[in-house]
Amino acid sequence: MLEVNGLSVAYGQSEVVHDLSFAVGTGEIVALMGRNGMGKTTTFKALMGILGIRSGSVRVNGQELSASAPHQRVRSGLAYVPQGRMIFPNLTVRENIMTGLQTRACAIPQDVFTLFPVLLEMSQRRGGNLSGGQQQQLAIARALTTNPSVLLLDEPTEGIQPSIIKDLARVLKEIRTLRGLTIVVSEQVLSFALAVADRLLVIERGQIVDEVTAMSGAAERVSRYLSV
Amino acid sequence: MEGLTLEEFGAILVMQGFNGLSYFCVLLLMALGLAIIFGQMGVINMAHGEFLTIGAYATFLLSWLSEHYAPWFMPYYFLLAVLLGFAAAFAVGHLTELALIRHLYRRPLDSLLATWGLALIMQQGFRSLFGAREVSATLPDWLLGSWQPVSGIDIPLNGLFVMALTMLLTAGVLILTYRSRWGLQMRATTQNRVMAGAVGIDTQQVDRFTFALGCGIAGVAGAAFTTIGSTGPTSGSLYIVDTFLVVVFGGAQSMLGTVASAFSIAQASSILEFFMTGSMAKVSVLLTIIVILMMRPEGLFRANVRR
Repeated sequence: MLEVNGLSVAYGQSEVVHDLSFAVGTGEIVALMGRNGMGKTTTFKALMGILGIRSGSVRVNGQELSASAPHQRVRSGLAYVPQGRMIFPNLTVRENIMTGLQTRACAIPQDVFTLFPVLLEMSQRRGGNLSGGQQQQLAIARALTTNPSVLLLDEPTEGIQPSIIKDLARVLKEIRTLRGLTIVVSEQVLSFALAVADRLLVIERGQIVDEVTAMSGAAERVSRYLSV
Repeated sequence: MEGLTLEEFGAILVMQGFNGLSYFCVLLLMALGLAIIFGQMGVINMAHGEFLTIGAYATFLLSWLSEHYAPWFMPYYFLLAVLLGFAAAFAVGHLTELALIRHLYRRPLDSLLATWGLALIMQQGFRSLFGAREVSATLPDWLLGSWQPVSGIDIPLNGLFVMALTMLLTAGVLILTYRSRWGLQMRATTQNRVMAGAVGIDTQQVDRFTFALGCGIAGVAGAAFTTIGSTGPTSGSLYIVDTFLVVVFGGAQSMLGTVASAFSIAQASSILEFFMTGSMAKVSVLLTIIVILMMRPEGLFRANVRR
């Protein structure tokens, strides 16, 4: 499980995320909703250790990670699928997945290919030559290979065609059931968030301003925050 | 070229071609290290030549020691010298990364100046330690002499040895880069350092090992270099321009391109040198490379991938 307490992140002098706190339980899927520029990606980068934080604590399974380097956080059970996917374009699909392996063994977990059969088909292609949706699957597969307990996905639906977005929601729920993962996904697309998440957090100007469980009435309440 | 029969002309071409091969070997060993450091990591290492010098002096030192204290060891010392050259350059490279290079990954121009300064410091260091005069290692007997496949053609044995060493090392580096866990981590790190960290790769450790390995290979080049030339404080720096030329011409991302480009540059200069003056040969090779790079700015080989 993931606990974030009093997280503040700044770019130079300007603070972007202010005193953010939330907790996500084991096996829970939470969506972090908000418009562009509200601090979703900044929050995720700070959780991963890519951005330094001003104050606050990040705990995974009770272990404090706020002072650790990104690779140490991965070893403690955090995994990250960044915005824009950031697969390694010159590595083959198989090699991309293998970068997530932490043990000296070279075995990719079997369920990765069961979840994403297209990656097995294309395992010798270069990552950069895949379509956007395939790259998204690859980025998730790479993250799953690190055997995480918490999976962070930053805007996974960005630039992906609607039919694949539905598949993505199904696959994420399947992963949760298969591995008992905690999943945090940042999102602007409300229909996707409602389809995948148990609980929705709304972030505005670097603060969490509302919290809704996904049931009837949630859509209207959250969409207020997302309309421009 | 008058008074040459066709047979003699052929023999000259073969021997000159072989000289080109010896040059190719040293150039390739230097370029392999630089292809890792510059091509993969993007660090402009002007001190790369000095790591060759380290390897060469290590070989000289070992030859001197075994000549004076353990003559029975003379036939074997050279094999140890290759390892020692690698180890010495690897260790110094490791320290250099720790003290200097790791602060400069996002500042390529600063890394150019800093490593150039380092090169000058190292050259003066060699001068203070070993003197300004060139030294040469005493080669074991089995490296002297030549092999005559047919009369009129003499292939020097030291050249053959260097070539075998180069092929072994090239194969080793290629296997390490494309088949090993470290190679995968190195390629991932160089493509996207931030993301590599976020999939659990300790990028600092990978960078340090990668840089040190590139330097270590230059050290082996130094050991090989002692068999074909004498060693002075600036021996390595003579090669640095040619080495960069090889890496850029071959395509900075491609190891196979490095091999192909080292071969063509070394062969072209060696064969042309026989038919014209040394500087004219250099000029024509350089001009050809410039024209080819104007048509293919990414070098001979490049990765076909969308970005």
